[in-house]
Amino acid sequence: MSELIVKAEKLTKVYELFAEEIAAVNNVDLEITSGEFISIMGPSGSGKTTLLDMIGCLESITSGRLEILGQDVSTMAESRLVNIRRGTIGFIFQDFSLIPTLTALENVQLASYFGGTSQKSHNLTVFLEKVGLGHRINHLPKQMSGGEKQRVAIARALAAQPKFLLADEPTGHLDTENSQEILNVFKQLNQEENLTIIVATHDQGLGSQTKRKIYLQDGKIILQ
Amino acid sequence: MNVISIACKNLKRKKIRSVLSIGGVAIAVAVLVSLLGFDKGYQESLTVNIDKMGYQLLVTAKGCPYEAATMMLKGGGGLRYMEQDIYEKIQSDIRIDKITPQLVSTVYDPDRLEGQGGFAMYMGIADSYLELKPWSKFESGGWFSSETAEEVIMGYEAAEVEQRLAGDKIFIANIDKVLTVVGIFERTGTQDDGIIFLPLKTMQEIFSLPDKLSGVGIKLKDIQEIGDFEEDLYNEPGIQIISMAQVRGTILNLVSSAKVMANSVAIIAIFIAVIGVVNTILMSVFERTKEIGVMKAIGASALDIFKLIWTETILVCTVGGILGSIFALLGSGIVENIIKRILPYAPSGQLVLISPSLLFSAFIGAIILGIFSGIYPAWRASSMRPVEAIRAGE
Repeated sequence: MSELIVKAEKLTKVYELFAEEIAAVNNVDLEITSGEFISIMGPSGSGKTTLLDMIGCLESITSGRLEILGQDVSTMAESRLVNIRRGTIGFIFQDFSLIPTLTALENVQLASYFGGTSQKSHNLTVFLEKVGLGHRINHLPKQMSGGEKQRVAIARALAAQPKFLLADEPTGHLDTENSQEILNVFKQLNQEENLTIIVATHDQGLGSQTKRKIYLQDGKIILQ
Repeated sequence: MNVISIACKNLKRKKIRSVLSIGGVAIAVAVLVSLLGFDKGYQESLTVNIDKMGYQLLVTAKGCPYEAATMMLKGGGGLRYMEQDIYEKIQSDIRIDKITPQLVSTVYDPDRLEGQGGFAMYMGIADSYLELKPWSKFESGGWFSSETAEEVIMGYEAAEVEQRLAGDKIFIANIDKVLTVVGIFERTGTQDDGIIFLPLKTMQEIFSLPDKLSGVGIKLKDIQEIGDFEEDLYNEPGIQIISMAQVRGTILNLVSSAKVMANSVAIIAIFIAVIGVVNTILMSVFERTKEIGVMKAIGASALDIFKLIWTETILVCTVGGILGSIFALLGSGIVENIIKRILPYAPSGQLVLISPSLLFSAFIGAIILGIFSGIYPAWRASSMRPVEAIRAGE
C-alpha cells in the first residue's frame, strides 16, 4: 500500500522584493505517495525550486500547511526540521555541490555522518556501485566528469537512506548523454527500490520520462 | 570519518592561508613561552648566583650599594676601596659565622680572546674564602702555598680562555708580573668561573693597593639578626652594608620593568594572532557559505556545523601552539644570547628555562585560544539558514 510522503495544502511562499510582495509558490495543493517519480516542470521563475525547497524543509512557509510523512512541518523550528531532513530527504543539486577536498567515497561518508547513519566505508561503497562508480571511489571531484559528479551526488543522497529524493535541475549542467545516464539511474532507483523521486526541471526530455508531471506557472500548478 | 578529519581536509584546502595563521599563532606562543621561560630562568639563575656567593651580607666602601653589589656579582672592576682595618674590626663580632675579605681588580689585556683584547679579572682572597664556598673544588692542583705566594688559582672558564693548566705560568699584562698557576677550580656555574684568584696579600702588593679591600662577605650564625647587624654598622664611616636578598629583589625589580614591556609585546602578538585566526576562519566560512548550506541540507545540524568550524579553529591554534613551543625550545639559546647582550646584568646559568610544565601550559593555552577565537566564526556558520546559504553561494 502506498504511503503518503508529501501533503501540501494551499502552500504559499511570498518573498518581499523592493517592498513588493512576490508569491513564488501560490496556494499549491499537492499529494505525493511513495514510489512516485515526479517531475515539477515550468519556465524559469515559475517557482519549481522554491516548491522543492519547501518540500525539502529548507525553505520557510508563508502560509498553508505541509506534511512530510504525516508530520506537520509548516511551523516547525529549524532545530526540529534537521531531524526531518536527516534520514528522510536526499538532496541532489544542479551543480552537484560535492565537497572538493573529499573523494567520492568521503563525500558519501559525509552524508552518512551528518545523516546520523555513520556506516562503515565498505558499506557505503555499495551506493557508489549502485550508480556505476565502484571503480572511482577514491577520486576527487576535480578528477571526474560532470555526469560522474552527479552520480556521486546521487550516491551521497542515498547514503543517508532517505525516504525520497529531491533533485533540482539534476541535468542542468550535463550534456545529453550524461543527462540520460542520470535519468537511467533515477529510473532504476525508482523501479528497483521503489524510491520516491521528485525532480524540478525545465528539461522536457527528462520530464517526459517521469511517471507523473506537474506544471507550474507563476507559482501555481496549472497542470498535473 | 569524524569532525577532526573533515576539519583537517578543510584547512588543507587553502594551505598558504592556514600555514600563515598557524605561523602567527606559533610566533605569538614562541614569544610568550620564551618570555615566561626567561622570567623563571632569570630568577632561578640569579638566586643560584647569589646563593653561591656564600654570604648573606656584603660590606663595601660607600657608594651606590646596588651598583657595588652588581659589580661584585659581575665580578667587575671600578669598585671603590675601603681600608682593611674595617675587616679586622668587624670580624670579632660574635654574631658572625663566617667572614672573608676580597679585593677585586681588572686588567685590560690586549692579547686576550685570541688578540681581540679584553678585561681579565683578578680577586685577592684569604683562606676563609673556601669556608664560605665549601662547594668550590679543585679540578686540578690546590690552594696557595702561602699568604704571600706569587701564585694564582684560576676559575674553570678563565683557565679555558687563557689555556692554562696547573703548573703553567701566567703573565699579568700592564703589571708585568709572572705568576704560577697552582690550581684550577671546578666549574661552579657562577661568575667565579671567569676569575683569576690570588692570595689577598699578593694581590694588594702587585696591584699597589696596600691594606685595601673592595668588599667583605659575611655569613651570620642566625639570618634573623641581619637587621640588627646592619643597624650596628650603619654609623661606621666609609662603608655600607648590603643584604644579598635586597640585591636580588632590586635586580629583579629592575628586570621586571623590561619584563612588563616584553610581556605587553607578547600579549599584543597573541591578540594579533587571534584576530588573524578569526579572520582566516571567517573568510573560510564565507567562502564555503554554499557548502555549509549543502551540509545542512544533507543532515548537518547547527551543532554539527558549529563543531566543525570550531574544530578547525582549535586545530589551527593547537598546531600553532605546538610549533611555537618547538620554536621557543630551539630558539632559547638565541633568545638567551640576545638577553645577555641587552640586560645590564645577566647572571650566569640558563637564563631561559623552558620546563615541561611551561610547554604543557602553552599547549593548553593555545587550545583555550582556539576555543575562544573559534566561537564567533562557528556561530556565524551554524546560524546560517540552509536555503539562504545555498542561494548566497550561487
